Amino acid sequence: MTSAHVEPVTAPPVAPPAGRPAPGRARVNPARRLIPYAYLSPTIVLMMVLMVVPIVMVVGYSFRDNVIVQENPVLVGFANYTKVLTDPDFLVALKNTAVFISVSTVAHLVLGLGFALMLNTQLLSGVTKAVFRIVYILPWLFTIAVIAVIWRLLLDPAGVVNYVLQTLGLVQEGVNWLGDPSTALWAVTFANVWSGYPFFMISLLAALQGISADLYEAAAVDGAGPLRRFLNVTLPQLRPVIISMAVLDLIWTSQQFALIWMMTGGGPLNTTEMLSTYTYKQAFSEYEFATASAAAVIVLLLTMVLAFFYVRQQQRER
Amino acid sequence: MAGVKRRHTLAKAGVVTGLVLGGLFAALPVLWMLSTSFKGNGEVFANPPQLITEGFSFDAYREILGNGEQLRFFLNSYIVAGAVTLLTLLVAVLAGFAFSRFTFPFQRTINAVIVSVQAVPPITLVIPYFGLVVALGLYNTYPGLILTHMVFTLPYAIIMTTAYLNTLPKELDESVKVDGGTGWTALWRILVPVSVPGLIAVGVYTFMISWNEYLFALTLTRTNDMRTVPIGIQMLMGQHSYEWNQMMAMSILGSIPVLVLFLLFQRRFIGGLTAGAVKA
Repeated sequence: MTSAHVEPVTAPPVAPPAGRPAPGRARVNPARRLIPYAYLSPTIVLMMVLMVVPIVMVVGYSFRDNVIVQENPVLVGFANYTKVLTDPDFLVALKNTAVFISVSTVAHLVLGLGFALMLNTQLLSGVTKAVFRIVYILPWLFTIAVIAVIWRLLLDPAGVVNYVLQTLGLVQEGVNWLGDPSTALWAVTFANVWSGYPFFMISLLAALQGISADLYEAAAVDGAGPLRRFLNVTLPQLRPVIISMAVLDLIWTSQQFALIWMMTGGGPLNTTEMLSTYTYKQAFSEYEFATASAAAVIVLLLTMVLAFFYVRQQQRER
Repeated sequence: MAGVKRRHTLAKAGVVTGLVLGGLFAALPVLWMLSTSFKGNGEVFANPPQLITEGFSFDAYREILGNGEQLRFFLNSYIVAGAVTLLTLLVAVLAGFAFSRFTFPFQRTINAVIVSVQAVPPITLVIPYFGLVVALGLYNTYPGLILTHMVFTLPYAIIMTTAYLNTLPKELDESVKVDGGTGWTALWRILVPVSVPGLIAVGVYTFMISWNEYLFALTLTRTNDMRTVPIGIQMLMGQHSYEWNQMMAMSILGSIPVLVLFLLFQRRFIGGLTAGAVKA
């Protein structure tokens, strides 16, 4: 790792023949140390153009008065940030996003783990489990645009969900799930739960299959019942995967745009406005690119906190 | 012994019940979409709802497939997702080779940057992309979409490719070097051919991400002849004042490429995916 410090700059020019199994890679000649960077150069160029430069740009935008629209935008300091952070709509979006991502992530975890445990059972044949596995993955194979129109169809006041609930006597008349301010956030969250649990399920299933049978046998010898085996063997073994997946899911769900945009557009009365839809509207409906940029930078900072935990978790596992 | 057997049967009944309930939760919305696509638009909200109606027809599909504008959405999606997949695979193989077979300064830092790209919110990037893509003259073009989609496909592809290459023994490619070959020949002659199953998994996932991408496709294109399938579905929503049967037919047609890829490669795909997600 620290080969740069180990190797003297004036390395004797007796480069070992390419084939010799070099005892340490540090001893190859300096030019060869650039080889990995050559392989990485397309990645580095793309990451610069697609990530570093845009992030610098958006931070720059956020400190100016209206960029893109204005010919020569001037620096305005933190004015855009003040404007965004004191905008009641932004604060509502922040609160809605918090509810949306926390409920979604918990539900994804519970459903994903439940389904993974059922698919991992010894009680059923491999074919049965394979068929159910495909059925359970189904929601994940549809694009968010499709999921949005499916749930708009199902949740329509005259739709099949209301029909079933009316038949069971749970509601009196068709509820306008997406149009009613008291239900809209729960309706979009439900659709997001439906669409997102399979990814959890796949990862947890793989992790379950990786748990050594010896652990369960040892637990059985100690007289542990199914519940104790689950709590003392399964859950601790799944812990790293659960933590990684949960953090990733929080990040992904906080970025959800298409589902909200196509199901409610943030309405009714801002009840489903998310940070993503708020920012999008600022930029592409209001053409307030500077305030949109400030909001975008705030969103970035919030997710960076989550990403920090994710990267640390990943590196600890290595 | 009888008690054990009875408990076993009970457990099995419980699991089967759970599986079926879960299956209904997962599949009913999809079935309803399928059923609606075969209905006349007047029957969509019939009371009581019926899974299969007397008016069963392929009209909605005929309407979509007979419409040049809608077909163009599909063509655009194939062009964009196909190009994104090929380019992503090329770049990811090179990067994966570097990560898997070399030790170099800043390796962990570069890796951490790539991992954290997955967390950069698309909504943060779309505003500068809009400025950048317009400035580069790529607004409303294929290259504009292809390039920007790669910011999301590349990190995952690199992580998955690296994880896959790490599973291949180093002796495999080092034998080429013993014979006087370079890393470059070892990569293309030995590692890439051996990695085909892993690369398929990466390619399928990349294709899915690009095929489903919505925000950039919405923001970085303007004219209907540049729109992709997800935007096409949305446009159908406003345009024809809720032709639900056509929206569902379009949704089914728009989902077929991903469904087919998934069914063909599901074993490799799930294996590769979990290797990337969990052990990255």
